[in-house]
Amino acid sequence: MSEGFNIDIVNPEKSFLSKENVSEVVVPAYEGEMGILKDHIPIISFLKPGIIKVISGSEEHNFYVEDGIVEFKDNTLSILTSSIFDIKNANKKHVSDEIQEAEKELNKDDLNDQKRFLLNHKVEILKSISIN
Amino acid sequence: MASLDDLKKRISSVKSTQKITKAMKMVAAAKLRRAQESAERGRPYSEKMNNIILNLSSGVSDKENAPKLLSGTGDDKVHLCVVLTADRGLCGGFNSNIIKKAKSYFQKISDSGKTLKIITVGSKGYDQLKRLYQDKIIENISFKESKNANYFDADKVGKIIIEKFENNEFDVCTIFYNQFKNVITQIPQEQQIIPLKTEEKDNKSSEENYEFEPDEDEILGNLLPKNISTQIFKAMLENSASEQGSRMSAMDNATRNAGEMVDKLTIEYNRSRQAAITKELIEIISGAESL
Repeated sequence: MSEGFNIDIVNPEKSFLSKENVSEVVVPAYEGEMGILKDHIPIISFLKPGIIKVISGSEEHNFYVEDGIVEFKDNTLSILTSSIFDIKNANKKHVSDEIQEAEKELNKDDLNDQKRFLLNHKVEILKSISIN
Repeated sequence: MASLDDLKKRISSVKSTQKITKAMKMVAAAKLRRAQESAERGRPYSEKMNNIILNLSSGVSDKENAPKLLSGTGDDKVHLCVVLTADRGLCGGFNSNIIKKAKSYFQKISDSGKTLKIITVGSKGYDQLKRLYQDKIIENISFKESKNANYFDADKVGKIIIEKFENNEFDVCTIFYNQFKNVITQIPQEQQIIPLKTEEKDNKSSEENYEFEPDEDEILGNLLPKNISTQIFKAMLENSASEQGSRMSAMDNATRNAGEMVDKLTIEYNRSRQAAITKELIEIISGAESL
């Protein structure tokens, strides 16, 4: 038996990442960050804007996601998302565009608290990416 | 009989048509490969989405309070049909096959006295349907500018549908598209997306013990609209692969037919040329004899 589990990240256009033997994944779940290890119980949850951390051995990969769904079952973690990019080769311009758009959205009046919270959070995360 | 000059002109015109169809076939073949790839790459997403929803909806205990997108409005009066076609012609029976399928469905709806509403995606579908169903078409969407099917466009269509659903404009929504089987076979499909048709599969018992965060209803409520967009995106991907496949085989046929026509015309041209020469010879000989 291997020590890790499988991870599949798919977006509508293609399979983004498929990896075996991952030891830990941290996802920005809806109600807080969630670390998933092998033999986690089956779970379904949402993502909020944040960073997915995929740890396999000593390697660590970071991805930015905006929304999505995670499902963990039979030691396979599936992440479905329509917006994801690798932080390592993030496009600076793209990130700053996203920040601007989110900030513009924030200035609208008809936001409910939940949405405002999510947008604030998104700006925060994106800014932390653009600094690095 | 056509004169030699006329025949010559026709031959060259058929030849240049053949050149065009040949080029179109080549282009379609190249595009087909890309479209087919992206259709295949897009499949895991919609499959996974479907699986999750299946698992979720089988766990919904309280059918009455289930989200409307899943269980429907409880009514069956107004049907919305989304017809997905191509923006371009010259692709064989591709567009008309979808239209045919859709029309027979429309007939069924109006025969049973229900109200029909139509959204067309792609300009060819609109062109073919507007003559008969002008008053029924409530929206006409076209993505002529975008080169490939992309999720962003599908999401736009999905949002329109959901908005209309939330305004209680329809009860049942069905989409029409061509499923790509292989280059020569595309199967027109009708697929009901609202309320969601879930195949009952109660053979697995393991699916019950999921942990949900936040609770099931909220997840379902968020997931179902996404599923609509995903289904539409899937349909668009299948459609674009089908369109290219259909165009490729149509253009292949056209090229072959043009070739046959050129052969036939060339024979006719040679015959009449020979006939003219023979006639001239006879005239000369008989003229010489009479002297």
